[in-house]
Amino acid sequence: MSSNPTPNEILSELTQAAEKQWQALQNPAVPVIYVGHATCGRAAGSQETIDGFKDALEEKGLEAEIITVGCLGHCYAEPLVTIHYPGFPPLMYQKVGAGEARVLVNSFIQGGEDPCFEYLLGALEPNDTFPTLMDYPRYLYEKRVIMDQCGLIDPHSLDHYLAVGGYQSLAKVLEKGDKWVVEEIKSAHLRGRGGAGFPAGIKWDIARQAEKTPKVVICNGDEGDPGAYMDRTLMESNPHQVLEGLAIAALAIGASRAVLYIRAEYPLAVSTIEQAIAAAKECNLLGDRILGTDFSLEVSVFQGSGAFVCGEETALIQSIQGNRGMPRYRPPYPAVEGLDGLPTVINNVKTLSTVPAIVRKGSHWFRNIGTEKTPGTAIFSVVGDVEYAGLVEVPMGVSLEHLIFEVCGGIKDGKPFKAVQIGGPSGGCLPESELSTPIDFDSLRQAGAMMGSGGMVVMNDETCMVEVARYFIDFTQHESCGKCTFCRVGTRHLLEILKGLTKGEGSDDDIAELQTLGEEIIKGSLCSLGKTAPNPVLTTLRFFKDEYLAHYREHRCPALMCRDLIAYYIDLETCARGCDACVACCPTEAIFTTSNRKKAIDQEKCVKCGECVYACPPEYDAVRKVSPPEMVPDQGIKPLDKEEEENNE
Amino acid sequence: MSKDRMVTLTVDGLEISVPQGTKLLKACLDNGIYIPNLCYIDDMEHPPASCRLCLVEIEGRPDPLPSCSQKVEDGMVVHTETDAVRLLQKTAFRLLVSTNHGKCRLCMANKHCAMQQIAKFLHMPLRTKKLRYIPKDMPEVIEDHPCIVYEPNKCVLCGRCVYVCSRQNYDFALDFARRGFNTTISFFGSQEEGVGDYCRNCRACVDICPVGALNFKDERDAFLQDLQAKISA
Ligand SMILES: Cc1cc2nc3c(=O)[nH]c(=O)nc-3n(C[C@H](O)[C@H](O)[C@H](O)COP(=O)(O)O)c2cc1C
Ligand code: SF4
Ligand code: SF4
Ligand code: SF4
Ligand code: SF4
Ligand code: FES
Repeated sequence: MSSNPTPNEILSELTQAAEKQWQALQNPAVPVIYVGHATCGRAAGSQETIDGFKDALEEKGLEAEIITVGCLGHCYAEPLVTIHYPGFPPLMYQKVGAGEARVLVNSFIQGGEDPCFEYLLGALEPNDTFPTLMDYPRYLYEKRVIMDQCGLIDPHSLDHYLAVGGYQSLAKVLEKGDKWVVEEIKSAHLRGRGGAGFPAGIKWDIARQAEKTPKVVICNGDEGDPGAYMDRTLMESNPHQVLEGLAIAALAIGASRAVLYIRAEYPLAVSTIEQAIAAAKECNLLGDRILGTDFSLEVSVFQGSGAFVCGEETALIQSIQGNRGMPRYRPPYPAVEGLDGLPTVINNVKTLSTVPAIVRKGSHWFRNIGTEKTPGTAIFSVVGDVEYAGLVEVPMGVSLEHLIFEVCGGIKDGKPFKAVQIGGPSGGCLPESELSTPIDFDSLRQAGAMMGSGGMVVMNDETCMVEVARYFIDFTQHESCGKCTFCRVGTRHLLEILKGLTKGEGSDDDIAELQTLGEEIIKGSLCSLGKTAPNPVLTTLRFFKDEYLAHYREHRCPALMCRDLIAYYIDLETCARGCDACVACCPTEAIFTTSNRKKAIDQEKCVKCGECVYACPPEYDAVRKVSPPEMVPDQGIKPLDKEEEENNE
Repeated sequence: MSKDRMVTLTVDGLEISVPQGTKLLKACLDNGIYIPNLCYIDDMEHPPASCRLCLVEIEGRPDPLPSCSQKVEDGMVVHTETDAVRLLQKTAFRLLVSTNHGKCRLCMANKHCAMQQIAKFLHMPLRTKKLRYIPKDMPEVIEDHPCIVYEPNKCVLCGRCVYVCSRQNYDFALDFARRGFNTTISFFGSQEEGVGDYCRNCRACVDICPVGALNFKDERDAFLQDLQAKISA
């Protein structure tokens, strides 16, 4: 053997110490409390939870270790807490506030008496006493490749990552070489998760073979889609996995510089990644002469200032170069001519996070997950009218129906499903008839939607599809960089027409214009923002045309959503005499007392805020919403006259 | 790679030869084949390809492409007047016109404006009936530069002025500002000492603007006075 230790030997020395520590955690001597403390946890109050545990432990004079972890994806159940009490399997609890923390300390951590079933979500390991998390449909159907350690390890601990096999893929690539890893990623058919689904291996190969040096890799963590937060979650919950993928990509193409472009609105992701870079550098896993080899990589974080279009790769490069974030015409592609004119590979956070697993387990293993054309998993952030909102990771190829109804528990409050909008602001809206569409890049595109970055909004039957189209076009036309004619001016015209429709104004010509102009914007725009922006309009037109027609032909909003086309009235049959629960809630004092001491709405004064619907006690449920407004029946209402009112007091 | 090597291609059935590396738009224009264009300038390495008027169809490529951003290739077969091309060109033009002031008679660029030329070529009016007129949410005339006035509702945002200005010694006196529909040209640092004198000598942006959206204040005042006199006479 040579006197110089191999990357593997250097790594295993680091790993041994980490594993020892990890083993100790698995068989704890004192209770260990894991608290989900990523952005979603914090928003749900995880800091108070931690303080609650600390205070209660101190009061009781108990000893326990508190470890903060990232996000498991079950955002609806945050703050999530896992307690590993010696002798018990690790138990996960949901919605643990400071109060619940105190109860858990008093009844469980003190003496291990009562494991508080009322907050229990499930055990993390199979056992005889407790239901496990794997028994839930959510877990049963999920397939975790990218998120497998999210929420289970401490993102601020390099040791945790090392103990679960971290950086072993980097060491392997350091020994096997750039050509090998490019071939491996190619043969895995890993497609970019940033939206377009371009094969990562091919992109790497182009950059690897480009002549110009030095070369650059960029991790795209811009994530500008409203409602999408999987990239943030990955950076916050398992930052080293992103960095390992980034380092492998750099090695594959021969880059010496790596940049993580993260939006400035993600301060926790920025600080977590920065801390991870420093820790990895300290252990010689990044920086100069990585693991004793002659591969060096300078890694930095660039904070983007938050324009949606800056997620587009050429605009992102402009932004790093200090220019206005405007896309430029491709080719040349960044892999040939990118940052400062150098060959540059840009990959999404999820794409890079997948790389270590592929290197570790092999391309064959990866191809066995998902579909033939799109192997692997998809991460969706599911929001809207769905029972279990949050992040889900499923194999590519499962149907939308399966994802929405099995994995995410279906529509909230048992209401009917209406549509699902997939792919971020410029994804398409698909109706029930398309629910059998398998989730993968090509099938979704064919259906008129797209994978995009994995944003998914589920909508029930109270959602107006014209309003939905208006909402998304409003977003994209706002975020257009303003460079090219079709996107800058065309989307504005779409918006104007849609605005009119939501007010009941429009014509057959307007509908025709939406269709043709929409198609032409797709063909004529310079970058994919414009090329996809009309999707929400075109798909809603295709699948919900009746709803468009109702708006301008009958001045009716079938979903009872568009304010200008609805009215509220109170049903005198069910309104309870003498009740005035609704009166105080009305911001415009539109609700008055009728001559028979029930309530009615003065249509002139009503601003249609809908507050009275919620204020009316469910046992009366007397406020009705109708469209068009002329549907308000003439109930022959007379106000209670002043004198009578005074007499009654 | 010698610049002098010639490439032969066919455009609308006509065989033309141009030096290798030439942009397709330039190759056509130099050979008497007009393609509408607003944002291209000859020596640009990466043309912005933003006006979307110079579209052509190239055999073997699925959709119309901006000719300003394609390099000529040997044996390329190009069509500049297909239905698909015209449809998109007309829509792009309609969209530009839908935000345009439409007061040609009062404009210094009247009779030599690129929009008038394109309108004639495409047989399109300078007022669109199909789309409503949406002016930008900005004043008609912006006068915050010491000697140049800018008229947002004439500007087609071709970016030529930004490009030429960045090529002058005065690094970026001009740039794009705001986003989306309200994107505009803005003078940065125009209050600084010396800008007025510098720009008066430079005039690059005023001269390159294809639609007369940038003018020297005094020249415009004189023009309008003159016009007023003619009208009253
Ligand atoms: C308007 C627009 C916004 C985009 N935003 C993002 C983004 O936030 N994150 C991302 O990874 N890719 C985004 N993309 C896609 C990138 O341009 C690029 O394709 C991607 O980062 C490449 O990585 P991948 O091959 O790993 O998917 C966006 C594209 C467009 C047109
Ligand atoms: S399509 Fe929109 S975002 Fe893209 S370059 Fe054109 S104006 Fe800018
Ligand atoms: S909808 Fe709002 S404004 Fe109208 S009556 Fe009810 S509470 Fe008042
Ligand atoms: S006159 Fe010259 S320096 Fe001044 S803004 Fe125009 S191009 Fe720039
Ligand atoms: S001012 Fe003139 S040159 Fe500048 S972008 Fe507008 S139209 Fe083009
Ligand atoms: S001249 Fe080619 S897009 Fe404007």
